[in-house]
Amino acid sequence: MPDTEPTAPRGLVSLRAFLRIAVFLVGGMGLIAWLGKSPLDRPASVAASFGGTFDLTAPNGSTVSDKTLAGKPYAIFFGFTRCPDVCPTNLARMARLRQKLGADGMKFAIVFVSVDPGHDTREGIGKYVELFNTPIIGLTGTPEQLARIQKGFGVYVKRVPLDAAKPEGDYTIDHTAATYLMTADGKLQSIIAHEEADEMALAKLKRLIG
Amino acid sequence: MNRPNFIRTTLLIAATIAAPLLAHSFKAGALTITHPWARETAQGQVVGGGFMEIRNGGKADDRLISASAPVAAEVQLHTMTMDNGVMRMRQVKDGIAIPAGQTVTLKPGGLHIMFMGLKAPLAKGTTIPATLRFQRAGAVKVRFAVQAVATAAPQEMHHARH
Repeated sequence: MPDTEPTAPRGLVSLRAFLRIAVFLVGGMGLIAWLGKSPLDRPASVAASFGGTFDLTAPNGSTVSDKTLAGKPYAIFFGFTRCPDVCPTNLARMARLRQKLGADGMKFAIVFVSVDPGHDTREGIGKYVELFNTPIIGLTGTPEQLARIQKGFGVYVKRVPLDAAKPEGDYTIDHTAATYLMTADGKLQSIIAHEEADEMALAKLKRLIG
Repeated sequence: MNRPNFIRTTLLIAATIAAPLLAHSFKAGALTITHPWARETAQGQVVGGGFMEIRNGGKADDRLISASAPVAAEVQLHTMTMDNGVMRMRQVKDGIAIPAGQTVTLKPGGLHIMFMGLKAPLAKGTTIPATLRFQRAGAVKVRFAVQAVATAAPQEMHHARH
């Protein structure tokens, strides 16, 4: 049989093909490893320092901190009450999954942190979280307190004018839409992405409450 | 009454009750607007999202250019995108194109209308009047059904079971 690759001897072709596949595989595995990197796989120091220390205020005016939350696992989400969609969808899902867990559903707390001190009052946040018909700890704080917890969780928060032509006008907030699952001793266990399927999220919650 | 008959009768009654709800659509020229709905809002919450399906059965393109509602100081057209885990909401400046022969769905996770400056909370189970303005079809009066905050899709099929 004549060689169908006239420009290169057969050995070189297969070497080239091999290299191509190897590069693809290694790159792919790297990407998968990067994408799938669970917080558990991170160095212990990162998992331990994740979240950091924080002090925020509950609707009744009491202080809620990493210390007061300790002792029970919690799912924490950052958003704002004017958020049209991602926030109610995520909080409603947490409420739904908690219901699915039955009696175990109360073994973790749901925490909602408003990152919109310009619009959201603590009373307003209290009313908002009541919509979901399950206990949700609604929190907010001063811009300094919020900056601290956002940094601790690595949450992206950016105020953006609703009308680019009126930078001083009303605004919306671009923000990370992930839910962070924290263990009873305040360590990050896993993250639920907004787009993640319910089954995956439920499995993570089950692992959280052990 | 034996069981199959009972089920049939129940379904029939349910269907009869559900019929007006299922018919929750509005026609204007070539456009059919199906089940406009909004999420309930909390006391003091001044912004709420609205969703619907708009079908253009005609041969000419149309465009949703603006909307208004007595319950809100302003109604804006928005889009929402997820970008690397970050939610971004933006005002749609040139309106929402409703191409000929196509259906455009305003739904959670994408295009939606925003009721800004609510004068009263949107209460679950009520409907709120609004006017949609289209380039071609003109002003169309619709009513948004207010659903529980936990819903992510129109709930009309669920009504049939109640």
